[in-house]
Amino acid sequence: MRAAVIVFPGSNCDRDMAVALRAAGADVQMVWHKDASLPEGIDLVAVPGGFSFGDYLRCGAIAAQSPICQAVVGHAARGGYVLGVCNGFQVLTETGLLPGALMRNANLKFICKTTDLKVETSASAFTEGYNAGDTVGFPVAHHDGNYTVDDATLAELRGEDRIAFTYGDNPNGSVADIAGVLSENRRVLGMMPHPERAVDNGHGGTDGQALFRGLIGQFATA
Amino acid sequence: MKARVYVMLKNGVLDPQGEAVRHALGSLGFDGVEGVRQGKVIELDLADGTSEALIEQMCEKLLANTVIESYRIEVL
Repeated sequence: MRAAVIVFPGSNCDRDMAVALRAAGADVQMVWHKDASLPEGIDLVAVPGGFSFGDYLRCGAIAAQSPICQAVVGHAARGGYVLGVCNGFQVLTETGLLPGALMRNANLKFICKTTDLKVETSASAFTEGYNAGDTVGFPVAHHDGNYTVDDATLAELRGEDRIAFTYGDNPNGSVADIAGVLSENRRVLGMMPHPERAVDNGHGGTDGQALFRGLIGQFATA
Repeated sequence: MKARVYVMLKNGVLDPQGEAVRHALGSLGFDGVEGVRQGKVIELDLADGTSEALIEQMCEKLLANTVIESYRIEVL
């Protein structure tokens, strides 16, 4: 499985993401934001966490307009897989690949801790390594993770089983405790918590491994 | 020419920063502040003759996130 990790000025989880993907068996290339196209044969694009462009204007807003993001949108439109974590999730909402928006945390604090998440659906390449209802521990580290979406879209997300993860103890005020959502074709996942920071015993937990293994497993059997 | 774009959170979208400012005003002894909404002002220096329609495109594409924000353009 071939994966690309996008690097923006201000990305800071790009190498962690590459390490997690490689550990799960992916062939990983780093791709600079000014590139207008993805390397050939890419199966998965990972948009990492960080503070792209200093979070100027809005988190992810400038990154979403960078040349590579047009290619990422094209990749998703062709049915390619995309994983956006933290700032990557913010970028994906800004590109319109995922609904909703991430606002300032309700308590205005930067939150950095491991959170318990509930796996809401196992029906996606990202979550098939879990059972719906499982509790997993992933770290969060964000100031703007307060997921907001209008009632009609929330009903749609629920009706289509597109809420991937919810917080056990909502740290940021997100609507319906939402921590991660899937696209309509279930191949784009955006989430605020960091699965790539939970793949090694040294991280204090390995609950994230199943996400990467599940994703890469798609291509082993294909 | 110049234009000013006002970007505000839409009505109904909770504004935690505005709320914090409201609390702070209250604790400074300013009574009767019933609500505070915080937004952004963006000033644009534009080539003469730039149409308002073009500024609107700038707002839709980048300056505002219309999922949560509304905007108002003022040509100066």
